[in-house]
Amino acid sequence: MIWAAVLIASLGTYIEKLAGFILPARLIESAGLRRLTSLLPVALLAALVAVQTFASGQALVIDARVAGLAAAIIALVARAPFIVVVLVAAITAALLRAGGWST
Amino acid sequence: MLHRSITSNAIGIGAATGAYGLSFGAISVASGLDFWQTQTLSLAMFTGASQFALVGVLGAGGGIAAAVVTALLLGARNGLYAMSLAPLLRLGRGRSLIAAQVTIDESTAMAIRHADDPAAARHAFWATGLSVFVLWNIGTAIGALGATALDDPSVLGLDAAIPAGFIALLCPRLTDRRTRVLALLAAVVALVLVPFVPAGLPVLGAAAVALAVEWIARRRWVG
Repeated sequence: MIWAAVLIASLGTYIEKLAGFILPARLIESAGLRRLTSLLPVALLAALVAVQTFASGQALVIDARVAGLAAAIIALVARAPFIVVVLVAAITAALLRAGGWST
Repeated sequence: MLHRSITSNAIGIGAATGAYGLSFGAISVASGLDFWQTQTLSLAMFTGASQFALVGVLGAGGGIAAAVVTALLLGARNGLYAMSLAPLLRLGRGRSLIAAQVTIDESTAMAIRHADDPAAARHAFWATGLSVFVLWNIGTAIGALGATALDDPSVLGLDAAIPAGFIALLCPRLTDRRTRVLALLAAVVALVLVPFVPAGLPVLGAAAVALAVEWIARRRWVG
């Protein structure tokens, strides 16, 4: 199951990359398409942040992940590198759970 | 001299992405993928945002179709990158097959920065692409092995690392008011959808709704 997702998505993302090199530019070049492909990641990533922070299955919950996200945002505002942002979030959540303050 | 400074920049960028490869490896294993599935993503998919999205959606129980579609939608921008690179790099068919694999945010940005000097652009593209490819994969392996050794990765707060990873990828793209409004709208719509549709779909639905609203708003007020 997971292997199918891994392989299909890997092949698909490679074809996307290759298409840009092989297909004639006029086939895929349009202002609307350019705009859509630059905005699509913004919408998808924002939705992923929300869902991965608050969803537990089909329920919405507030747990240590929210504190982790808040800590990550502070790290981002302080211009911390990616690895620090991720670590700060993980450590914040782990400490809250270890202290019994959160699930 | 120019080529040497491009090479050292490329290695610096590779080292930074290697550090995030580390978090990808750990998060992927914490989401339920095994070591080889994780490593295959970094070798074969090799585009960070799509990799994070695939494991995020699978880990949340989102199903194969939703995970693959989300990853492909995020990967679509690489096709546009390739389109802008093609006239600059002027590669033959054979080299395009290899170049495609390392066409990502970092290699594209480095090549475009030298758009006025095709030889430097080619060097920047290959040096950055290969450096990121090698170090991202080494990072992934170390992160995945580390997380595999843990009994219960959630104890370390790795589930909280996932949204942190996404927001770190999102932040640099929030360049103006319009993108910020779009992001906020997508986040709110996704949460509204969570209780009503199966896992994996809220993200896709929210992106569709947010982009549709953005399109209508732009036509009404600008066009």
